[in-house]
Amino acid sequence: MDESIYLDEARDPLIIAEGWMKDGKDVAIATVVETWGSAPRPVGSHLVIDAEGNFHGSVSGGCVEGAVVTEAMDVIGSGKARMLEFGVADETAWQVGLSCGGRIKVYVERLG
Amino acid sequence: MDPYVLKTLNEERRARRAAVLVTDLGDGRDRIVREGDHVAGDLGAAIANTFRTGNSQSVEAEGRTFFLNAHLPRPRLVVIGAVHISQALAPMAKIAGYPLEIIDPRTAFATPERFPDVALHAEWPQDVLKRAPLDSYTALAAVTHDPKIDDFALKAAIDARCFYVGALGSRKTHAKRVERLLALGAGADQIARIHAPIGLDIGAASPAEIAVAILAQTIHAFRSRGLEAKGAVA
Repeated sequence: MDESIYLDEARDPLIIAEGWMKDGKDVAIATVVETWGSAPRPVGSHLVIDAEGNFHGSVSGGCVEGAVVTEAMDVIGSGKARMLEFGVADETAWQVGLSCGGRIKVYVERLG
Repeated sequence: MDPYVLKTLNEERRARRAAVLVTDLGDGRDRIVREGDHVAGDLGAAIANTFRTGNSQSVEAEGRTFFLNAHLPRPRLVVIGAVHISQALAPMAKIAGYPLEIIDPRTAFATPERFPDVALHAEWPQDVLKRAPLDSYTALAAVTHDPKIDDFALKAAIDARCFYVGALGSRKTHAKRVERLLALGAGADQIARIHAPIGLDIGAASPAEIAVAILAQTIHAFRSRGLEAKGAVA
C-alpha cells in the first residue's frame, strides 16, 4: 500500500495524461462512474490511453482494460465520448473477462 | 475533458488542496469545484457530501446526470512527541489509513528502535514543519507535555487550519497553554479549536487507550469537516 501523502507522479494516470498532452499526443481518459457488486476498482478510478494504445492506471484491475483501450482509440478518433458497461450479465463482458461477479460503468472521453 | 480543467485539477492535487471534478455525462462538459465554493441546489448538496466523504458518485440533478469525482488529499497525522502514547498510536493510525509522522527533538525518545517503520524526525518542530508545512488535510496531536516543544507546533497548526488539533494535558495545564498561545499572537477563537484534554471522552486510562481516543477524535474531525458551521454536529 502506498503511504505517501504526495502524488506518485510517475504512476498517477491524470499526471501522465497531462504529460502526454504536453508532448502533443492525443489522449483519452476512462473513468469508472458506477459499480455494482464486487467491482475490483472503486468509482472514480482512471485509465488513460494514448493514440498508440499505450495506457496507464486501471478501471478493473485487468479484467476489461483491453476492451476499454479499443473503445478509447475510437473515442480519440471521433472525439465523441462513450459510456461502456461491463458485467457478468453481458455476454461480451464475460468474454472480455469481468468474471469477478461485479458490474461497472466506464465513461470514456477524449482530452481536448 | 477540457485540457485546462485537467491542468488545473493536477495543480490542486499537487498542492494538496481538495477539488471535485464535475462532469455532465450528457454533454461531457466539466468543471472544477474547490472546497468552500458555493454551488446551489441539489447538485451543491451532492458536491458538499462528496467533499465530506471523499466518495466519488454519479448524481441526478436539474434533470441531468453528473459524475462527481472526489480528489481529496490524503489526510496525514503529525504527532509532536515520541512518547508511549505515540508508540501505540503509530500502528493504529497506519491501519486506519492515516499516515503518521512523529517529531521530537529529544534523541533519547525519537529512536528507530522505539518506532520501527514510522516516519520519525529527531528534530525541532520548527525545522521539520519548515520543510513539510502543515495544511488543512493534516491533523496535529501534541503530546510531549513540554511547552518548549509543543507550543510552536500548536500555533503552526491553528495558523495552517489543520482539520484537527489536539494537545495532551489537564484542564489546568491547558489554561496555562492558552495564556502562552495568546501571548504568541493566536486568536481566542483559533485556540478554542484545540482539543484539550486530548481525545474523545471514552475514559481512556492507559497510553494505548489514549491513542484510541486521539485516533477516534481525529477521524471524527475529518469526517465532519465543514459541518460544525451548519450546526449539524454537536
